[in-house]
Amino acid sequence: MSDELHEEIRAAVGAILKGRDSQDDFDRSLWKDLCDTGFHLLGVPEEIGGSGGGLRDLAVVVDLLAFHGARVPVAESAFLAGWLLARAGLSIPDGVVVASIDQARVHRRDGLRLSGRVRTPWGRHAGHVVTTAHDGNVVVSPVSAVERQENLAGEPRDVVVLDNVEVTAVAPVGVEPDEILHRGALVRAVQLAGAARAVLASARRHVAQREQFGRPLARFQAVQQHLAALAAEVTAMRVSADAAVLAVEASDRGAAIAVAAAKATTSAGAHVVAGIGHQLHGALGYSAEHALGAATTRLWSWREEFGNESYWHDRLAAAEGSVWSVVTGGDR
Amino acid sequence: MTSTIDLVAHRHSTAEHELRDEVRQFLGDQRAAGAFRPRCDAWMTAADPAFSRLLGSRGWVGMTLPGRYGGHDRTPLERFVVVEELLAAGAPVAAHWIADRQMAPSILRNGTEAQRQRYLPGIVKGECFFAIGMSEPDAGSDLAAVRTRAVETPRGWEITGTKLWTTGAHFAHAIVVLARTDGTPGDRHTGLSQFVVDLPHQAVEIRPIVTIDGEHHFNEVVFDRAVVPADALLGDRGAGWRQVIAELGHERSGPERFLSTFPLLEAWAAQTSDDPVAAREVGRLTARAWTLRQLSLAVAADLAAGRSPEVAAALVKDLGSRFEGDVVETVRRVAGAEPRRGADGLAGLLADGVLHSPAFTLRGGTNEVLRSVVARGLGVR
Ligand SMILES: Cc1cc2nc3c(=O)[nH]c(=O)nc-3n(C[C@H](O)[C@H](O)[C@H](O)COP(=O)(O)OP(=O)(O)OC[C@H]3O[C@@H](n4cnc5c(N)ncnc54)[C@H](O)[C@@H]3O)c2cc1C
Repeated sequence: MSDELHEEIRAAVGAILKGRDSQDDFDRSLWKDLCDTGFHLLGVPEEIGGSGGGLRDLAVVVDLLAFHGARVPVAESAFLAGWLLARAGLSIPDGVVVASIDQARVHRRDGLRLSGRVRTPWGRHAGHVVTTAHDGNVVVSPVSAVERQENLAGEPRDVVVLDNVEVTAVAPVGVEPDEILHRGALVRAVQLAGAARAVLASARRHVAQREQFGRPLARFQAVQQHLAALAAEVTAMRVSADAAVLAVEASDRGAAIAVAAAKATTSAGAHVVAGIGHQLHGALGYSAEHALGAATTRLWSWREEFGNESYWHDRLAAAEGSVWSVVTGGDR
Repeated sequence: MTSTIDLVAHRHSTAEHELRDEVRQFLGDQRAAGAFRPRCDAWMTAADPAFSRLLGSRGWVGMTLPGRYGGHDRTPLERFVVVEELLAAGAPVAAHWIADRQMAPSILRNGTEAQRQRYLPGIVKGECFFAIGMSEPDAGSDLAAVRTRAVETPRGWEITGTKLWTTGAHFAHAIVVLARTDGTPGDRHTGLSQFVVDLPHQAVEIRPIVTIDGEHHFNEVVFDRAVVPADALLGDRGAGWRQVIAELGHERSGPERFLSTFPLLEAWAAQTSDDPVAAREVGRLTARAWTLRQLSLAVAADLAAGRSPEVAAALVKDLGSRFEGDVVETVRRVAGAEPRRGADGLAGLLADGVLHSPAFTLRGGTNEVLRSVVARGLGVR
């Protein structure tokens, strides 16, 4: 993804991200700047209130936010909620809108009511949650009660409690749970690759600066070999996520396989990347002061969400046809 | 990240898809007719001149060469599709492999018109095979240390020296030799030149070297004041190092760098469906193969666009060659099958895989050296 447009997006979002140092679990000022520029809803159709643009444009933003460990829910809003709403033909409510991971139960009593406990990243900061009902239909509802939970990186992974809540909108359009799982896996693959890139960037800087035995660590061949292995894994993660985004955007026949393989690759790569990354940084990288931990704890969290590598390995093993036909994925 | 590793995923064109279907159909028919048995590492070990000629007649050798040399003007990405299908099927492509992969583009780029006319049409037909004479007893990873010398004489070039580990020299029609024409070994990268030497040659002795699988794949090739014509020089005198480095992009990045053991994986997967432990491992290797293929394809697309992704190629080969060994170890460990040389089915494929596994991370540049290339690309060397 290195077209001119993507370079421009990268530069613009990069400029917005510059010099941020929020310690809150939600970086409101960054979120506001993203909203003001429309980057928070890139890749979501304008007809429903998004900023327009394609999936790859959005992936560039999500990748960059992950690279910077930005504390904003663009993955959950544009990539997931925006997509669900676009599928359902519903417009995007104002404020922070995120998608839940689980389904809720809809029932009818004085109009449409929704009940259930749905795992919802960033739920505590959301005005609305987009969820699917047990019949698969897409439902938007206000968020009132939230049980707070966090992942290893301290990101909000809340449970939104829907207790007979009056829905904001419902569409008679169903989205299969498996489609949502794939969509979530795709965005996490992009994020994992972004966080992995941050580990590599930090490691390169660190080994060039830190001196031991009278020379920079980068002078030691053992360190160089580690760094090369790290770069290889990071590149594998990035190219697999890129290829999956490309396949999904083009609605290729092999898109589902691409997502499965990309999420498997990025999830499995997390261990390699975090491991080498920490080894190269020494004790400094283990300190919470250092930015490395923000990237590695995200790697350790995101790899588990929307199916870890074992889940997707099983799915790939169950795919139709020879291994080779799966590997070549038929992208027509 | 530096631009050196900025690979971009490639989507196939319709023409590439159609070509794939065509090759798959052909290979299915050939297998059904008993023309070949899938083998691991077939691109290095399974030489079948008749099969090479058959591929040539289908237009699948020297595909990217221009029509005036008998080539088919296909794109490098179309070639990628054809060779990956051949490799995944474990088809016997070793005879023409080096000629097709490396010498065709090299002679086209560096050769004189006479050299092109002489070699390229034969390569395209699948009838002209090559060997690579780079490594020597004292020049392995440190290739610039080659000692073979070529001296200009009134009769042509006189070459003296020993090449080692020369794959396929015993059936090749020609060998490309890296030799010192000027200066001393201490001069390193300057003063080296490439030559194309026709085989057999009365002053070139080819001695077989048997490998641990009990077979004869590579050789020691001794040049004893072997005189070759003045026009055997390939490219510019003294430009040998630069030319060899340019070839490495082709030599290192291809799908043979992750598919050598794929026939073993495929054979195993066909019999594991009701074992959940095995199935998960098949899935794991499938995901890895999918990603490595995307990487290899991205490098090919970069090469096709006229760039020279030397660092990316090294990185992909490091990952790919480790995967080849991973397949072997996984099948062995999980299937519990005992490898048996020459046996049909899994036991035979496994034997090939185990016995060839040391080669994966050595040939074409060791993984340690590849990682040094990557480290340099990252700016830390
Ligand atoms: C199956 C096979 C086929 C081959 N076919 C051909 C062919 O057709 N033509 C041809 O010319 N050559 C061929 N080769 C040779 C191949 O290119 C060499 O094996 C390779 O370049 C390594 O050289 P070496 O074997 O001398 O090992 P060495 O260079 O002696 O290396 C031994 C070990 O030391 C490590 N090492 C060396 N230098 C460094 C360093 N600077 N830093 C860190 N580690 C280092 C290596 O990584 C390796 O682990 C073939 C090899 C094999 C195995």
